[in-house]
Amino acid sequence: MTTVEHDHGNEHHPDELAPIEARVAAIETVLVEKGIIDVDFDAVVRHFEDNVGPLNGAKVVAHAWTDPDYRARLLADGTAAIAELGFGGPEGDHMVVVENTRDVHNLVVCTLCSCYPWPTLGLPPKWYKSPAYRSRAVREPRALLAEMGTIVPDDVEIRVWDSSAEVRYLVLPMRPDGTDNMTEEALVGVVTRDSMIGVERL
Amino acid sequence: MDGVHDLGGLDGFGPVEHQASEPSFGEEWERRAFGLTGAVISAFGVNGGRFRHSIERMDPAHYLGSSYYEHWLTAAATLAVEAGAVTKDKLEARAEGRFPLSRPDRGAAPDDRTGRTEPRFAVGDRVRVREWHPSGHTRAPRYVQGKRGEVVRFDGAHNVPDIEAHGGGFVRDPTYSVAFTSRELWGEGGTDNETMHVDLWERYLEEDA
Repeated sequence: MTTVEHDHGNEHHPDELAPIEARVAAIETVLVEKGIIDVDFDAVVRHFEDNVGPLNGAKVVAHAWTDPDYRARLLADGTAAIAELGFGGPEGDHMVVVENTRDVHNLVVCTLCSCYPWPTLGLPPKWYKSPAYRSRAVREPRALLAEMGTIVPDDVEIRVWDSSAEVRYLVLPMRPDGTDNMTEEALVGVVTRDSMIGVERL
Repeated sequence: MDGVHDLGGLDGFGPVEHQASEPSFGEEWERRAFGLTGAVISAFGVNGGRFRHSIERMDPAHYLGSSYYEHWLTAAATLAVEAGAVTKDKLEARAEGRFPLSRPDRGAAPDDRTGRTEPRFAVGDRVRVREWHPSGHTRAPRYVQGKRGEVVRFDGAHNVPDIEAHGGGFVRDPTYSVAFTSRELWGEGGTDNETMHVDLWERYLEEDA
């Protein structure tokens, strides 16, 4: 460790940035020793790893594809309809579901931070939190999508939803052609995380 | 604040480095930072506005040069130091190196702390986003301030983040989704058939006369 002390009262000014692991350990151990936080926050973290993810959202979408009444409820009140399937909680308290059609393609972003519907999609992927995605999604969405391999024809309106307040968005993708004979259970496997953010068309 | 976090419309970040799937946490320290930050938020009763602003106050170079969970870690440590639970010196001694924190809070809660729940605007109304560029926390992105749009949805009344972030308490205000055309936002650089929707508190908006 290299520490250079300057004459600024009692302050220490180390030169080298502490490794991220050491910084995490420093704040964690100090707060645990002082009894300010509990060391056992692992259970909460495991909940997000084990129980929450895009499979939840895929179940919502597949159900909407196979049950027109549910689809109507989902578009009218996303939070309540999603709760029917047992999903809800922080970052999912005010859900709005936006539907893709032949004329409209929806895309979700959070330009100010990384708001994301945790109960239906899990924690946001790295690229969703990246400056490149957050800056470009509202500036040149069609070009950005094309670059990501998703071609949206010029005559299809792109609607971008910047989740800047309390609402979290879920895209209801169009049911792909050739899936008429598939069961709801099988359809769940067709739905991707990216299609529910809007960076992919199924 | 017009901080580096307010990324909508900036150029120069290059392609999106997309992965089809990835684990919730790439590394063990990310898991720990996630859990730790939740525990700090809960221990110090930090509201959402204050938490977000503690990230927005990061040094811009540090913000852009670090990942999401490093933002969280920096915010958690900053909030703990500001609460008087630990000093920066102690954290640096224990981490055996520099432990950058966010810059001091320069913002103040706005004067208007009147709570409102009845919406002043209806779906279809034309509105203009006020242009005021506060030094504190706001959820009115720079790229829509001063721009004109149409109300497309009313979402009920919610706590105003600009107020809660700076110790002004919980004051509710109607919240809307407002649609802006790409041409309105980006002028000659805009594109046809692209619409951006931003969710905004009523006090960010005025009638488009």
